[in-house]
Parts: sequence; structure tokens; C-alpha cells
Amino acid sequence: MATVTATADVTRTTAPVRRAARSSYPAWFFLPAAIIYGVLFLYPTLASFFFALTRWTLSEASYIGLDNFRQFFREPFLVQGLINTLIYGAITSGMKVILGLLLAVLLTSQVIGRDYLRAVVFFPVLVSTVGVGITFTVMMHPTEGMINETLGLFGIKGPGWLTDPRFALLSVALVDVWKGVGLATVIYIAGLASIPSDYYEAATIDGANSLQNFRFITLPLVRPATITVITLSLIGGLRSFDLIWAMTKGGPGFTSDVIASVIYKQYQAGFYGLSTAGNVVLFVLVASIMVPLSWWLNRGEIER
Amino acid sequence: MGLTTTRRALLASAAATFWLASTSAGLAQDVTLSFLVDNAPNTIAWANQLVADYQALNPNVKIELEQRPGGGDGDNIIKTRLATQEMTDVFLYNSGSLFQAMNPQQNLVDLTDEPFEANVLDSFKSVVTSGGRVYGAPIGAAMGGGVLYNRKVYQELGLQVPKTWEEFMANNEKVKAAGKVAPVIQTFGATWTSQIFVLADYYNVQAAEPGFAEKYTANQAKYATTPAALKGFERQEAVFKAGYLNEDFAAATYEDGVQKIANGEGAHYPMLTFAVSLIQQNYPDRLADVGFFAMPGDDAAKNGLTVWMPAGLYIPKTSENQEEAKKFLAFVASVAGCESQTKAGGATGPYLVKGCALPADVPPAVSDLLPYFQNEGATAPALEFLSPVKGPALEQITVEVGSGIRTPADGAALYDEDVKKQAQQLGLPGW
Repeated sequence: MATVTATADVTRTTAPVRRAARSSYPAWFFLPAAIIYGVLFLYPTLASFFFALTRWTLSEASYIGLDNFRQFFREPFLVQGLINTLIYGAITSGMKVILGLLLAVLLTSQVIGRDYLRAVVFFPVLVSTVGVGITFTVMMHPTEGMINETLGLFGIKGPGWLTDPRFALLSVALVDVWKGVGLATVIYIAGLASIPSDYYEAATIDGANSLQNFRFITLPLVRPATITVITLSLIGGLRSFDLIWAMTKGGPGFTSDVIASVIYKQYQAGFYGLSTAGNVVLFVLVASIMVPLSWWLNRGEIER
Repeated sequence: MGLTTTRRALLASAAATFWLASTSAGLAQDVTLSFLVDNAPNTIAWANQLVADYQALNPNVKIELEQRPGGGDGDNIIKTRLATQEMTDVFLYNSGSLFQAMNPQQNLVDLTDEPFEANVLDSFKSVVTSGGRVYGAPIGAAMGGGVLYNRKVYQELGLQVPKTWEEFMANNEKVKAAGKVAPVIQTFGATWTSQIFVLADYYNVQAAEPGFAEKYTANQAKYATTPAALKGFERQEAVFKAGYLNEDFAAATYEDGVQKIANGEGAHYPMLTFAVSLIQQNYPDRLADVGFFAMPGDDAAKNGLTVWMPAGLYIPKTSENQEEAKKFLAFVASVAGCESQTKAGGATGPYLVKGCALPADVPPAVSDLLPYFQNEGATAPALEFLSPVKGPALEQITVEVGSGIRTPADGAALYDEDVKKQAQQLGLPGW
């Protein structure tokens, strides 16, 4: 409740200040940023909308209308890739929210070696994605990998983590969570630290147990952090490519293909127009999921 | 005073001598050529030996090797570097359909009238020709696509080299019954290795369907609707369904497969004969244990070999050292060049340069190859050398068919859809 009024107050008071601040800078002050943005972002984006409508060999382009989009949507593995993308985005983002919050609660409590544990959780974020992918590929080898050899000691025959079509995508998603959960944890730690301890004290005096504390104080008040984590991890999950490419290359066959890897394969094969069309599709897809989602999440925060 | 002048004069003359020395060194025309090759171990061995031998003959030339990955990543690098005009002075790339896909007439230096092309066999020239002009020189030897087999396993079980698919499957059954080794090695960890059952079956396809390549290029024949062509996919599935594959087939790599066939951990490995040079490098004492036969078909009387042409060396139009680069290509496509390659990687098959002979003591897998070349009509080039149409997704499709994820009919139909994009990108008529 307190946060709600606070936010409302802030928006009300900052609005006129911001307007005043804007006029205090001359227009040319924004020119360098505008030029960089225009050359590096705006122009390529607009150019890609054009090349998506052509059959392009990098040196010459012939206009073919919407054929690339027709071809891309006829791409037999595209539907599979689309579903996989959504599954991958949902799993990684969901698990990062849950695990990240639980780890953050643990790491803000009085555990022994708290700072060390925080560093350990964050460490995978710093390592190169491709390096992580190659390491896990070796560990997940069906017969010689560390994971299945360990399982073998207990008499369990582990599955082909990356070679069985049923598990390949999930295995990659789990590695993605392992690598990315540190960032979610750090965001949550910041969120938890900003909750005043008065609430917990008051609730405890009223007889709330720790589960109720978590449910009725922590969860609602850490909502801004949750929104940040969901937004970041979902965008990351939907356009995820490097880890999947390093671990399975979309395989076995097409079973762990996501949109980004389908696009990359078209580019590899020299179908530049087609892959550009695929990127436009990816852009529209991510935007059409993220814009309503973040609008909904943020609206919820203000209304309550 | 006098002393200082003398010293100054001395210094000046020393400087002058130094200046003269440096310019005269510059007049010796030192040239540095850059040379891009793929990172397959045998390619690197060939390239290193060729470069060393050429530099020994031409001390003023220095050749710097650059490596690139093979497969789809390699295709990407070649096309991008050509398009951005950052290609090396000489580069190695496939002949046949992939050569056609890099737009040779626009990007490459025409080598038709170079004297060394007179020594190159026409069968190779035809696969580096675009619009009637020749753009490449051969590196490496002609290869056979078929099945490498372990001769020790065959000896122990008393097996005969199969001429038909039934005989091949009967052999597999016996190997399986013996229970010691895997009947068929597959290595889907390197996806490109999964295509051999389909691609190396092309001799059998063209024997059953003469003119398939022309019809295929003209969009009139399809894999899914041509029974002879569909067989490659069906056989790949049959081997999987019978449970003949090695346990780690889904994750094993090409290097694993070569190790298994050399050490007798498997009886058969569908592969091109260039694998012989990797055996020579890694397991030289096992070289005599590995033999080769062509992909078996339906009829023993029509048994024949699908042949792969070696890669070519090309010079991009953007090269600033075209004359020096041509001299290097002339060396590679000469008898001395063949000898240099034999020294580096052993003889893997017949060379495509006139006058190049194979040494007498070639390994069995290579000598098994030669009878096919000596019999009229017992060889046919692989489809990718007869038609520019080759889809990029075949390796994923054959992985799926070969691991039971997709049916052969479905896989063939999917491939037909895949090649359509390639044909359209090349602007072929009728697509």
C-alpha cells in the first residue's frame, strides 16, 4: 500500500520537473545519440524490412513481395520451432522466477558464508555461454558423460540428455536456468533488501508465521523485481540462440530448433532474404508477446 | 672539430648503406599469399605439406594458412567473405553444387586459359565450370562413397563382401548374432556423416532411373515420388529399426566413427574414402584392417560406385596477388603437387591430374576402390556434381530418419521441399 501511494506521488511530482528539465538542454545536444541510433539501429531495421521482401545474394536483390514470409511459414520445422521457442521461454523464465526468488530469500537470511554463496550463485552468469554449452555437452554425453556415468554408479541408466528428442530441449533449458538464475537472484536480493523490516516485525507481533510472512509481505512487495526478472528472462528465452546452437544445433534433426536457430540455418544456407524475413517474424513475435505482457504487469502494479 | 666531421660522414655513409640494403631487399619481390582451408585434419595435412614444398621451391613467396570450419558454418564464411570482398588470395571449397552456389562468374578469377588446366582431367573441370568457363584447380583425390568395413571382423566371422542390400543386411545379422561389435556405425554427433546412405546410393538411383539428374534439376523428378531415390531413406531407417547401430550413434562424432572402424569396434561405417587419410594419421598400424565396398543395391550385376570429386582451389577476383596465386595453383595441380599430397596424407584415391600415379603400396580401402574405376560404367558421380540443386537441411533430415524420429517417405518429401529454396535462390528455370 505504502509503495503504491509513493509511486503515485512520485509520478505526480516528477512530471512537471521532467518537462522543465527537457527544455533546459538545447536540441543539438541530442544529435550525437540520434546519429548513432539512426545509423546503427534505425537504418538497419528499416533496411531489413526491405530485404525481407527480396531474394537477396548480398550483392543483388530481386523483389519478390511476400514470398519469403510465405516460404518461412511453410517451413516444415517452423511450427515446431515456434512451439519450442514458447516452451523454452516459458520454462526458463518460470524457473528463473521461482528459483531466483527462493535463492534470494535464502541468501538474504543469516546463512553461514552468505557473501561467498552469493558469489557462487552469480558466477555462472559471468562465464561464456558457448563455453558453458560445450562443457555441458561433454557432461551430457549418453555413454561417456559425467552425468550418466554418475547415475550408472547407482544402477540408473540415464537418458540421452541431448540426443533423445524428448529431452533435448528441456536439457538445454535447464542449463540456461543454471547459467541465468544468478542474475534473477541478484535482482531479487535487491528487491528483498528494499522491503522495510517494520512490516515483518508488525506481522510477527500479530502472530504471522514465516510462511504467511512470505506469502503476504514478501511476495506482493517484491513484485517490481518479479516484473524485471520476467521481462528480462522471457525476452532472453524467446530470442535464445547461442546456448542451443552450442549444445544441439537444433538437433537431433529439428527437434530442439527454436525460431532463432531456424533463421540462422537459412542464413547459413545463403538464403539471406528468407532469413531476414525470419528475423522480422521474430521481432513481431517478441514484440507481440512482450508489449501486452509488460503493459499488463505494470498496470497491475499501479492499480492495486 | 675534424673528428666530429669524420664521424658524421661515417654515420651518413652507414645510413646510406642501410637504406640501399633495405631497398634492394624490397626489389626481390617478396609476396605473401593468404590461403583459406577447412579444418579437417587431412586437409590441414595436405595444405601444410603443399605450402612447405612450394615455399622450398619459391623462397620469395610466403603462404599463410587460415582455417575455417567445415559444413554449414564453412559455407557461411565462404559466402560472407566473398560478398564482403575479404576473401584470401587462394581458398579451398567444394566443387559441384556448393561451387555453383557461390556465384563463380561474379566472384572468381577465370582459369580456363591457364596452361596448368591442360593437365587437369575433364571429369574434374566439369564440376568447377560455370557458364562454360573453368574456375578451379583440384586438391585431393577422387573419393568413393560407400561402406568402410573392418576386414578383421569379416575374417573372424567368415563374411563375404556384399554386392546387394540383402547380402549386406545378412552380414549385419551375423555380426549382431556374434554379439561382439556393432554391425553399423553411425555418428550423428557430426550431422553431415548421416547423409551417406542417401547420397552414396546415387549410383543405384541413376542405374534404375536414367536421366534422373536432368529431371531433378528441371523440377520434374522428386525423391519422394521416385521409388529408386526413396530407397536410400528407407534403407537408412531399416538399419536403425533392426537395431544394428552402435550404442552412442546419436552423440558420436566423425573422429569416433573412424576410431571405431579402425579398431574393429564396428563392422561397417558408411563414409567417403577420404576417411582413409585420418586412419593413416591416427591409427597407421590399423590401415590394413579397413576395406571398402560401394553402397549395395538391388542387383549384384549392376553393382557400382558413387564417386565424389575432390574440393577445388579458387582465386577470388578481389585478390591483389592473382599472378602469384595462379602459380601456386599450377603447382598443386601438377605431378609434384600430387606427390606432395601423397606424402602428407597417403593416397586416398585416383588424382585428377594427368600423369599422377598412385604408389604401389596403397591401403586396402583405396585398392578396393580402383576396380570400380577400371570397369566401364561402374562409376557415377554423386548427384551434387550433376545438379546444382542440393538442399541445406538434408543432414538434419537423415539424422531424423536414421534415428526413427521421421518416416522415410516423410523425410524424402521434406527434402524435396528443402531443395526448392536452393533452386529458387539460384534462379533455375522451372521452379
